Parts: sequence; C-alpha cells; structure tokens
Amino acid sequence: MTMTPTMTTVEEPATKAPRRGGAIRYGRAVPFFVVPFGLLFILFYLLPIGYAIVQSLYTVERTGTFGPAREVFGGLEQYRRVFADGPFWASIGRVLLFGVVQVPVMLGLALLLALLLDSGLVKGRRFFRLAFFVPYAVPGVIAAIMWGFLYSPNLSPLKPVTSAVDLLSADFVLWAMANVVTWVYVGYNMLIIYSSLLAIPAEVYEAARLDGAGPARIAWSIKIPLVLPAIVLTTVFSIIGTLQLLAEPQVFRSFSSAVSSTYTPNLTVYSTSSVPNFNLAAAFSVVLALTTFVLSFAFLKFTSRSAR
Amino acid sequence: MTATTTPPVRQRVLPMLVMAVCTVYFLVPIWWLFVGASKSSEQFTSTAPLWFADFHLIGNIGDLLAYRDGLFLRWLLNSLLYTGGAALLGTVLAAMCGYALAKYRFRGRELLFNVVLSGVLVPATALALPLFLIFSKVDATNTFWSVFLPSLVNPFGVYLARIYATASVPDDLLEAARIDGSGEIRTFFTVSTRLMLPALVTIFLFHFVAVWNNFLLPLIMLSDERLFPVTLGLYTWNTQVNQIPELRGLVIVGALLSITPLVIAFLLLQRFWRNGLGAGAVK
Repeated sequence: MTMTPTMTTVEEPATKAPRRGGAIRYGRAVPFFVVPFGLLFILFYLLPIGYAIVQSLYTVERTGTFGPAREVFGGLEQYRRVFADGPFWASIGRVLLFGVVQVPVMLGLALLLALLLDSGLVKGRRFFRLAFFVPYAVPGVIAAIMWGFLYSPNLSPLKPVTSAVDLLSADFVLWAMANVVTWVYVGYNMLIIYSSLLAIPAEVYEAARLDGAGPARIAWSIKIPLVLPAIVLTTVFSIIGTLQLLAEPQVFRSFSSAVSSTYTPNLTVYSTSSVPNFNLAAAFSVVLALTTFVLSFAFLKFTSRSAR
Repeated sequence: MTATTTPPVRQRVLPMLVMAVCTVYFLVPIWWLFVGASKSSEQFTSTAPLWFADFHLIGNIGDLLAYRDGLFLRWLLNSLLYTGGAALLGTVLAAMCGYALAKYRFRGRELLFNVVLSGVLVPATALALPLFLIFSKVDATNTFWSVFLPSLVNPFGVYLARIYATASVPDDLLEAARIDGSGEIRTFFTVSTRLMLPALVTIFLFHFVAVWNNFLLPLIMLSDERLFPVTLGLYTWNTQVNQIPELRGLVIVGALLSITPLVIAFLLLQRFWRNGLGAGAVK
C-alpha cells in the first residue's frame, strides 16, 4: 500500500547529495524498512497486550439471572479472583515442577550430545546431527498424538513398560508429557549449543592439550564456559515454553482422564474463555504473561551478573 | 578426522554407545509412525508394532484423502498457506526492519529495538486470547485472516536479522552502491538480501516452525473446520477416536503425511540452518 510512493521518492539518485549527513540522506528509506513490521507489531502484539489489560479490569454484571449482561469497570476485581483461584496456582506450580526437572534434563542431554559431536570421538556426525534434529520438525500436537498412542497399553511397542506401569495415570502423566517435550526439543537445543562450539577457534584448545588435558577435561573447563551464552539462551526459551505448555496436555486429555481442564495455566485460559468468561481469562493471560516475562528476565539478569 | 590424532578405541566406545541409544530414542517413534501408517486397521493392533505387515500405505493414503470429500487435503493446503505464507512474508518484513536497525541511525532506533526485543519474551500463546477478543470486535474471527495476520509478526526474526545484517553486509559496499547511484531500497533488495540469504533461510525456518507449532491461536480463533490447519484438524479427529474408531487409522496416516514435508524441507535446507543457527546465540 505505502510501498509505491515511498519507493519512487527514495529512488532519486543518492549521488545528488553524497556528502551530506546520513540521517537526512536515508530519511525516507528508514520508514519504508521499519513501518510495515512496526505497524503489524503494534496491531498484533502491543494492541492485544493493552487490550487484555483493559479487558481484565472489567466485570460482567447481570440484572437478575437471565437479564442482559453488561460490562462494568471492576478495577482489580478479576485479579482478586485470579489470586484466589486455587487450581490456577496449582497449575503454575505444576508447570514449574515440570520445568525444574525437564529443562535441566533436556538441556543436559543437548549439551552432552553437542559436546560428543564436537569431541572428535564420534564418527558419522552428519548423520547423528540430522537424526537428533528430525523430531523438531514434528509439531507439538502431532508429537503428543504419536506418544499418546505409544503410551497406550494395547498399541504400544513399549508393551513391557506400559503393562507394568500406566504412563497415562495421574502419577506419571506429567512426566509422560515431559518426555514428549524432551523428544521434540533436544535436537534443536543441541544444534544451538553445537553451532556455538564450532565457533570456538581450535587454538584455544592447544595449550590445554599440551598440558595433557583429556577430552572430558577440555569439555568441562574450556568448552562449557565458552558456550554458556548459548546455554542461557536455550534456557530462557525453555522457561518460556514450559510456562506456555498447551498442545501436549490438551492432546493428552483424549488419552488420559488425569489431565483436567485446568492442568496447565494456558489450559485454564482456554477453558475459562470457552465458558465464556473473557474478562477473567484476560486476567489469567496477563498474570501468566507477566510471570513468564519476570521469570525469563530475572534469569537473564541473574546469569549476566554471575558471568561478570 | 581420522588422521593423526585418532583417539584410542577404548575412549570411543562409550560416546558411540550414547549416540546409538539416542538415535534409537529419537527415530523409533517416527519409524513406528511410518510402519503403523502402512498397516490396515485390523493388522495395526494384531501385528508387531515395529515391523511391517501387508503394505497398505498407498491404500491408507487414498482413504485419508477421500474421507469427507478431501477434508484432509484442504487442511494441508491451509497449513501451507498459514505457515508458508506467513513465514515468507514475515521473513521479508523482519529482514527489512532488522536491516534498518543494523545499518541506519535514526531517532527512536534503540527504543524500537528494545521494544521488539521485549516482544521476544512475550510468548505467542499469551496473545491468542486478546487477539480473539479484538478480532471479534470487528467480526473477523473464524476467518483465514484472523490466523494469518497475527502470524506475520516475528520479533525474534528482527533480532536475528539485525545480527546477521551487521555481520554480513559491509558498510563500504553500501557506500559503493550509493556512489553508483543505487537507491537504498534497491540496494537492499538487489545486494543486501543476497548477502543475507543464508540468514534469511534460517529466519524463515524458525518462523515457519513457530507458526506451525502455534496451536492456541487457531484453536481459539477458528470454528469452521474447513479453515483448520492440519494440526488442529488432526487434534479434533483424535478427540473423536473413542466415538469413531476408524478415525484412529486416519490420524496416524495424517500425522505421517503432515510431518513429511517439513522433514524433507529440513533435509534440503540443511546447509542453511546448520550455519545460521548458532549466530543468534554466539553474539
């Protein structure tokens, strides 16, 4: 839409004023580059956040049981409900427990595999790198459907396991889901860590090798400290992903009665909005987004301080 | 690698064992899916899960595509439009914005970058519900655009594009283009994008996977099953398996068909994501 006019005005040869200051010379090119993304970002990122906050400040009032509903300003009323909502906080606790166990296991495995690929002890690196990355191509919903079948006692190739323990029972289903998430994301995280291992110049290891350090010692004392930024990045993404857990539990509701409609925070948002109680659902969304933001931001701050 | 410093065999046994076990872990579920999709529904439950019985894959695919007038094919096509379309256009937009942040000084640049960077930490699922409320204000829920338009925005892509543009487009080259009389925008599309191409493919892949994985947005937004992406479609079939048992076979064949294109794309575009992936983390 705005493309053509901007295009023609900027296309005037820049040679007319080759020595003038940058800000003036590229004045019109910058909006051309920035405005399309900026506009969509405002419309579909900032506006929804603002709108959710506004919605969360309203409550619906009815006159009588079947009277017409109307929205009235309720201040922090919805937030009072959110903070009094036991199942919601239980679901936050559940995903935090999930994250405390699953994220270290997943990233530990990713780091181990990346270090092994980089160690020169393994043949067929191209194959392994690809084989471990393939699950990342499987969307969460479909991964959950596949594993749901794999956990089902009568279909599973894991029969010796599934006949002994019911992986879909209340005791195990959270960890059954943790396995699905781990399966999908290990390869992706491994690649991020591996790429930053490849970026380390070989000379860095020379001195250590001359001192007689073995591969394990080099990995522990040199490689891991150097790829710490990559590990921090993957941790932040994993924290965000964990708090947003939705596809896996939503799918597992078909396989297991142990997964309730408020099993994770996002399931609560979804089931509250299908009641429908949009104002309360908006308040849940805001609290969840804030929790996510604060946790990932705090983690970034914490790691950047301890790195110094 | 096999040259002078090959470590002794004793040292290599354990690492190779770890690799082998992990390969089994990562690939067996996909192998199981492929084998399962090739079986007739009777043999699916009665034969060994990890090996072939009579090979029915072609027939099963035919059944799937014929089911309810090709609904599945429609879902695949929708997914291609939602994810492929949004990722393609979204990558161009993110590249333009990230490029401007890297190569030009302008007022509000730092502010813009910081706002976009905070956007990376706001998860897409947190936006789904307010987006639904906004779209219902203008009566546009349950439309193609209600899923497509929000999917275009990818702050992480802008962040990556800025890093890649700084690293791969030299200022001298831009200056040379200016002296040759090329406008800024023409330079971007003819010179800079070429230098940034490996990076752009990486951004595209990330964006593609992000949209492909975003489940809450279509779940909340769409009620007409002809608009569903394939993930939402298979999900709804899977919830009905207990009432309509024949759907189980269709879900398994459908799952196989829907992951195949992305697996192939990953294989073909290997050299791009292999090199581009690390850059975001290294800086």
